Amino acid sequence: MSINLNISEVAIRENRLGSVTGYQGSIKELAAQASSCSLKNKERCFSQSSACSSGCAQGYLSRIVDAAIVVHAPIGCAADSVYSNTQNKWGEKVRNWKHRNINVINTNMVEEDTVFGAVAKLKEAIREAYRRFNPKAIFVTTSCVSGIIGEDITSVLDELEEEIPIPLAPVFCEGFKSKIWASGFDAAFHAILTKIVKPPQRRTNKVNMINFSGSARKQIVETLARFDLEPVFVAPYSTVEELSKMSESAATISICGTLGSYIGNGLEEHYGVPYVKTLQPHGIVGMDSWLRGLGAVTGKEQEVEAYIREEKEKIASDLAEIREKLQGHTAVVGMGPSFGHNYIRTIQELGIKVIWGATWHFDPQYDNGKTPASTELLASQEVDIPVSVGDQQNYELLNLLNRLKPDLYVARHGGSTVWATKLGIPSVMVADEFSAFGYHGLIDFGYRLSDALTNRSLAKNLSSRVKMPYTDWWMAQDSFIFLENEVV
Amino acid sequence: MSQYSEQVRHVCSLGALQSVLAIDRAVPILHAGPGCGQKLWGALGFQNGCQGSGYVGGHSVPCTNIGEKEVIFGGDDRLKEIVGNSLKIIDADLFVILTGCTSDIVGDDTGEVARRFQEQGKPVIYAETGGFKGTNLFGHELVVDAIIDQYLKPANTVEPGLINIWSVVPYQDPFWVGNLKEIESLIAQLGLTPNVIFGPGPEKGLEALGKVPKAQLNVLISPWVGLKNVQHLEEKFNTPYLHYPVLPIGPTETAKFLRTVGQNAGVEEKRIEKVIQKNEAEYYYYIERSADVLLETRLLPRRFITIADSFYALGISKFLINDLGLLPEKQYITDGVSEEYQDSITAQFKNFADGITADVVFNSDGGSIHEDIRKMKFRSRPLILGSAWDRVLSDEVNGYQLSVSMPVSDRLALNRSYVGYQGALRLVEDIYSIVLSDFQ
Repeated sequence: MSINLNISEVAIRENRLGSVTGYQGSIKELAAQASSCSLKNKERCFSQSSACSSGCAQGYLSRIVDAAIVVHAPIGCAADSVYSNTQNKWGEKVRNWKHRNINVINTNMVEEDTVFGAVAKLKEAIREAYRRFNPKAIFVTTSCVSGIIGEDITSVLDELEEEIPIPLAPVFCEGFKSKIWASGFDAAFHAILTKIVKPPQRRTNKVNMINFSGSARKQIVETLARFDLEPVFVAPYSTVEELSKMSESAATISICGTLGSYIGNGLEEHYGVPYVKTLQPHGIVGMDSWLRGLGAVTGKEQEVEAYIREEKEKIASDLAEIREKLQGHTAVVGMGPSFGHNYIRTIQELGIKVIWGATWHFDPQYDNGKTPASTELLASQEVDIPVSVGDQQNYELLNLLNRLKPDLYVARHGGSTVWATKLGIPSVMVADEFSAFGYHGLIDFGYRLSDALTNRSLAKNLSSRVKMPYTDWWMAQDSFIFLENEVV
Repeated sequence: MSQYSEQVRHVCSLGALQSVLAIDRAVPILHAGPGCGQKLWGALGFQNGCQGSGYVGGHSVPCTNIGEKEVIFGGDDRLKEIVGNSLKIIDADLFVILTGCTSDIVGDDTGEVARRFQEQGKPVIYAETGGFKGTNLFGHELVVDAIIDQYLKPANTVEPGLINIWSVVPYQDPFWVGNLKEIESLIAQLGLTPNVIFGPGPEKGLEALGKVPKAQLNVLISPWVGLKNVQHLEEKFNTPYLHYPVLPIGPTETAKFLRTVGQNAGVEEKRIEKVIQKNEAEYYYYIERSADVLLETRLLPRRFITIADSFYALGISKFLINDLGLLPEKQYITDGVSEEYQDSITAQFKNFADGITADVVFNSDGGSIHEDIRKMKFRSRPLILGSAWDRVLSDEVNGYQLSVSMPVSDRLALNRSYVGYQGALRLVEDIYSIVLSDFQ
């Protein structure tokens, strides 16, 4: 497995990692097929609107504070900038920063552009982005239209290199190319790795903390200070200069294995920055594993052990109390693969029985060639857990939830929990990536689940008054009948 | 449309999927890439007054999720499969196939796919809404035209008093449900039977669509969106139309609106005047009662700017100038109005009370609008009626800001209306609540 920084476009996850969006089985079978390279994808003959790479790439890059994005596409492809701007304000609020609007310009491709091309328009938009925002780097994202008509983005950027004295980075994220929207994160990080990151001049005590909003910023700063380390929050809310120095850091850690795989392994392979490939820091076991991983690569094993002991002592009585409240309840999890497999374990730690784990895709390996640690850990448990993989196909999930009737549905990604709630199932959306972060986070999360179980009135009332958009026929079918089997 | 554009204030044609969702028991089937839907409903819905999935929106919308295979080999087979299975899985009464850029460029024969289902008696229609073709407001017109051509059946009779209402674009206008209800109520007060297609309730949706061909009159309340549709209805069903270009907000414009509709529909003048009188009395009861504080608060804005789609830019300007006594700075219209309509809209901005006029700029590029406004010299705190993008700008120029036009990500909109007498009262409440809460 090797990360090639000499090419402008990184391969999509399906081709690079063998990732899939269609699967049904158990966690033990899934892990076994992953490690023996025998995992096969299954298609569906019915599908609902999911998500694409460009949304992930643009959303992620647009929150770098002093960069600009030029979206080379019809205006609809820039529609996600509305959400990104709201998201950006959330992170600014967390940091007590003054609000700004994100720096995104769209080339507004129209019908004649699909015939004659829009390279001139793109150049103008890049020049204008440089004039308007005075950015330290410009990322140019592609679209289905620019991809299909064969716009030569790389040449345009090469031509502008002399005129515009900042990094101009192409981000290849055409929506039709991958069913796995996380391919967009890889495209974004490939652009950062190839155009922004500079070779190291020194080794620092910084730690690249790969994440989204950084809401647990204060806590992470304090924790790492105990080990004489200092986090750099990547990539949202960082500066281009901070990103350029990621190669000098002592280590890279990530809140999400899906998100961190490409940049973490890329920095390790090319600049010798160790990437911590442990469990993700959700709940106790996850945080133990993550901190020990960090301690091992930075020579802080003893300090880490002392910290872990302290923190566990602090939460011991709270943990016993919340476990007692939640004991015996059942839950279904629906999330991206890293969050999903880490949260199944985290929810189990609270005494809840996870009866199904659905993930929006699955990576049989990360960019280091190894199966995700979170998957292997679940597969090593005594109890096997039924799992499925689908690119947020609600019809499948809702049919399943209706059959399983769990006490709780815990999901990440918008547009999922509302449907479970309509079925009368109390649902919790893990919108913030630090929702169950470490020891205290686990307790807070436990109380959040407990609150959801304590007053179920909204779910009860909604479910008795609104109709689901599915036919009775469909709700009576097996949930996975459309996975490779066409109903005639 | 602008060459390039910063700050999305409308989306692409495929955004019309939200217009389909605004029809009770209708469902869009997207023949598009995997991310189109999410981006579009995110901007037009979730981030615009918290308008969520509803019955079958959001990630419930069927979609071919076009991939590399369909781009290379064509997507007709995939579309057939998805439509066929949608009919089995989704509980709906009208299925509207909408194409995205990809299928329009590779040249899938979507019409042929739709016709094959139509021949089997299935309620399937289609519109080619590839995003590069235009805005979602244009896409909305394409969807209504598709319904006219492929779904409506001619009527044998005309039902006197039945008035089809065409106005604000669902979801693009976060207050569309309330606005349509208010227009409905005004028309009903005239003794006419309003027929509203979009919005909740079993009497709307397909039942209302079924009645469209037998209406006495199509009333279009819109600066430009929908004009092609009512012209199309006239050609097809001989129904005359009335184009009322201003969204009526406040007593002056609403009275004018009621008189115009009433006269065109043959309502007795006495009745029209009675309706106006009753509504004005109620409206002025509240304005009179609050006038002391409105007049005597030191912080009142005197000048306003709209950065909004043509519905709100024009409607709100008329109200604030003709009824509330404010003065216009530049007015920015952001919904990509094509040149053929710009002159008539501009003319409306030259026609206010006391000979007041306003400069109008047609521009979808929020970034350049902001640059323009930053250069202005204000002698009092300006009132900025725009979108969530304008909050940052408002802070910079020390203004008062209220989001009314997409994207309204900073507000929750349920059944609030800004139309008519009631809507004007809401707008006054909202504007002055911002002024009063600003210093407290």
